[in-house]
Amino acid sequence: MQYAILCYHDEKVTCAWSKEQDDAVMAKLGGVMDKLSRQGKLGPVARLLPTTAATTLRKDREQPIVIDGPFAETKEQLLGFYIVDCQSLDEVLDIARELGAANPGGAYEIRPVGVFFSGKTAA
Amino acid sequence: MSDTGWISNVLTAARPQAVAALLRYFRDLDTAEEAYQEACLRALKAWPTNGPPRDAASWLIMVGKNSAIDHVRRQRRLQPLPPDEVISDLSDAEAELADRVDEADYRDDILRLLFVCCHPELPATQQIALALRIVSGLSVRQIANAFLVSEAAMEQRITRAKARIGAGQVPFEAPGPIERAERLAAVAAMVYLVFNEGYTTNVAEKGARAPLCEEAIRLCRLLLRLFPTEPEIMALTALLLLQHARADARFDADGMVVLLEEQDRSRWNGKLIAEGLALVEKALRHRQPGPYQVQAAIAALHARAPRFEDTDWNEIELLYGTLERMQPSPVITLNRAVAVSMSRGPEAALAMIEPLAQKLNGYFYFHGARGAFLKKLGRADEARIAFDRAIALANTPAEADHIRRQIDRLAATGSEPLRGTMSGARP
Repeated sequence: MQYAILCYHDEKVTCAWSKEQDDAVMAKLGGVMDKLSRQGKLGPVARLLPTTAATTLRKDREQPIVIDGPFAETKEQLLGFYIVDCQSLDEVLDIARELGAANPGGAYEIRPVGVFFSGKTAA
Repeated sequence: MSDTGWISNVLTAARPQAVAALLRYFRDLDTAEEAYQEACLRALKAWPTNGPPRDAASWLIMVGKNSAIDHVRRQRRLQPLPPDEVISDLSDAEAELADRVDEADYRDDILRLLFVCCHPELPATQQIALALRIVSGLSVRQIANAFLVSEAAMEQRITRAKARIGAGQVPFEAPGPIERAERLAAVAAMVYLVFNEGYTTNVAEKGARAPLCEEAIRLCRLLLRLFPTEPEIMALTALLLLQHARADARFDADGMVVLLEEQDRSRWNGKLIAEGLALVEKALRHRQPGPYQVQAAIAALHARAPRFEDTDWNEIELLYGTLERMQPSPVITLNRAVAVSMSRGPEAALAMIEPLAQKLNGYFYFHGARGAFLKKLGRADEARIAFDRAIALANTPAEADHIRRQIDRLAATGSEPLRGTMSGARP
């Protein structure tokens, strides 16, 4: 079963990291990701730019409108995600705990994946 | 990251909002800062065991406020009560604290805190020092290092600046839309000053001054979170990110300035560029042009060029023309001339800047650019005179060294025309 691990964190905090702190977190996460990769459990991973770079298309009206910023104003923002392939929720939770140790604060939302296209982009 | 390292990050991130709210309650900068410090001390004690609160800023505001009020109460036994206006907004404090702090409610608080630092009576360097101390929470020592002065001198500078603000009127009433826009413009200009203070540097000072660029970006992100739909704030953030992306490529191993045309573009920070480009694109969709958008668009054209030869100088010339119409200034004309020298050749560029000679006679870049145009045209003797003049006006040893290298190349190649030495954007 594929699960998405959606990473939520207060971007005020993550944007306040120094480059060294950011690099250190990424290096630790890289270690966990390497391990998952070798086990064949890791799908696509994305780290998103801050929500200040986000644009939202509201399509709940006849003429969809474009607005600046994320869809939802929340205390913690969606900053990235992992797709993992696991046997059970417990296994995903273990992975999430491991990732969490490398990157404290915030929360991971674990959502089973319904439909998945691996896709392919040029870059 | 260690536990305390992580807590200090949360404290840093929450600081502007917390100090800004405490300033509104107590209407006194020192009281607000002390209350925040007290709250931080308690956070360091409580958070390692209890875990950090979900909303750190509200926690710090509540604890800071209570501790300052406690302090006032204790003082009250010894002193007469302070006038009511000193401790305003206390009646509704409990009710307000019950609610989670809403970012939007604090927008004007934070803007006020930043605006206080832009007091028109304060010289630019004091505005910057104050913003770094009060809003960013840098220590006096860190700021002193960045300004290359002693800690005592910086302490004095900050104290003086605070005294001046205290004597003036801090605007506590909620601003109207026009006032808010004016404050935002002043604050944006101050943030750009902070960045330039860090950017104008040489390699010897690089380590000390780099934090200024990072703090400026942090402050700009803060502004953008408060005003996420303002195209000029998107553009200023983009401009800083795109310029800062080149930081690692700006100096060579010997500490010499590396010009844009000679920079190793693989050393540019791709992540910062991606974010900068995204923000420029968002800003331009608003179709409300402004000077930061034009400058960010110019920076974006440089960032998009895989090699220096791929730079779209025609477009850059047009953008400098737009900027000239928005903010007429001989310095912008000079920058446009540099773009012209690339798109149409040095002769046209030289003709453009001759009328500026009087106004820019004391300006390093004018003589540097003029020397470069003359050199390209093969007029070596005149180029040498212009370069000598530039050296005499150089602001930093690195600038002077850079011009000396141009003169060396003149000597080495005689009067043979060489490729350009100055480029439109800053290195």
